[in-house]
Amino acid sequence: METVFSARAWQTVWQYRATFISGFLNTLQSALVGLLIALVIGFVLGLAAVSGKRLLRGIARVYVEFFQNTPLILQICFLYYALAYSGVKIQVVTIGFLGLGLYTGAYMAEVVRAGINAVPRGQFDAAASQGFGWLDTMRLIILPETIKIILPPMVNQMVALIKNTSCLYIIGGADLISCTYNFVTGVETGGAYGPAYLLGGLLFFCMCYPLSHLAGRWEKRLKAREQTKASAEEAQTGEEATV
Amino acid sequence: MENFLTDLQGSFGILRNTEVLLYLLKGLGFTLGISLITILCSILLGAVLALMRNYCVHGAQRVLKGFSTFYIELFRNTPLMLWMFVCFVMCPAPEFSKSFATALGFSSVVAVKTLFKAIVAFTLFTTAVMAEIIRGGLNSVPVGQFESAYSQGFGTLHTMTLIVLPQAFRNIVPTLLSQMITTIKDSSYMASLVTVELMGCTKLIISKANNYNGTWVDRFDRGTIHVTDVFVLFGFAFLVYFVINFMLSCTVRRLRERKRKQPA
Repeated sequence: METVFSARAWQTVWQYRATFISGFLNTLQSALVGLLIALVIGFVLGLAAVSGKRLLRGIARVYVEFFQNTPLILQICFLYYALAYSGVKIQVVTIGFLGLGLYTGAYMAEVVRAGINAVPRGQFDAAASQGFGWLDTMRLIILPETIKIILPPMVNQMVALIKNTSCLYIIGGADLISCTYNFVTGVETGGAYGPAYLLGGLLFFCMCYPLSHLAGRWEKRLKAREQTKASAEEAQTGEEATV
Repeated sequence: MENFLTDLQGSFGILRNTEVLLYLLKGLGFTLGISLITILCSILLGAVLALMRNYCVHGAQRVLKGFSTFYIELFRNTPLMLWMFVCFVMCPAPEFSKSFATALGFSSVVAVKTLFKAIVAFTLFTTAVMAEIIRGGLNSVPVGQFESAYSQGFGTLHTMTLIVLPQAFRNIVPTLLSQMITTIKDSSYMASLVTVELMGCTKLIISKANNYNGTWVDRFDRGTIHVTDVFVLFGFAFLVYFVINFMLSCTVRRLRERKRKQPA
């Protein structure tokens, strides 16, 4: 703890600032690529989950349940070991992208599914009556309507994804947490615990806090709007009753 | 193909080894125990933080609200792994006796200390999440409940503990259960500090799979770890985590369904 106040420890951190910068960038990169994979999986499986096809719904269900009910660390470790022992040469970074993307994809699928289910039935019927096919209905009518509902939880998942990059430590990743830990335990750099953890934590906080704050405010505003709408409707029906 | 089948047979042989199986089950016991301790402690601490953030809004009490808000936001926006490492270095741990360590099945006191620190980190982290869940529960209690409690002469403490908190907790049972799932999953983070829970134990067994999968001949031919060992052992871990968490998540769904059907 004392090292927080030690000028020498801070100096070491400053001297090795490149470690933290590269860790920060690696975490960002893993999170962004992971997010892309997760979004693709999320939309595909989310749509599958609300489709009428039993098989598609089943696949989406199994995928989501499997990935949500087992630890991410176990999934990443499994990917790493399975590939290593079957002789596939693959970079740790790539395993990180895959592991994070597959895991977050399950959560995104649930978000998309919930968003689509929140759209009133009438919208589907109206689209069908206007001759829209299934894909066009989803693409042009339903999904645009869900964006408002699914954005806050999606941003929350993004925050979780950024934090989850720390799981890559177990397979020797180069994310921010691994870099910080390797820095404080390194032979040449070791010992500067206080400043290093403070800096690592601060960098994570700077990535996550704006996002989670934004998502929180969004959600609150959505809820408030729904409430005013509900009370307005109530007032209206009340008026009708008195008339 | 034939090779593959013998490999696979060897891999399943690892799980038939009682010693290994017992070791993994002990790991599972630790996973559940650690999760339970963490959940209980963080519900207690989280309730305090939630009350502070929600109701300490006047005068000097606002310091408490500020502290609680800071704590919650700090821990919710930084990864659990960071806190594990921080506590590993900085958290003080009591001197455990050697006999206590042996009773828990550890060879060294240091490992018990590390486990203690990891649980502290885990609890600190989960407390922030719990606080927000409990706050959600508190906000769902109608204001009228407070007013009627005060009108009946309940003080602040009794209003909270006897009237508000019980209702708040009843409303958040499903969310608490799904947090239990997250906690069981997150306990696997400990594998990077100390080998004690299911994830860490599985990893250790895999690194020694050549001792158990039947390829070991003598000390010069150390045997080989096959990819089937990875599949079988991690598959076992996947299955165990999945069965436990899936049962929990089915319960959550059932509770939510029932709540939705209830007339408002």
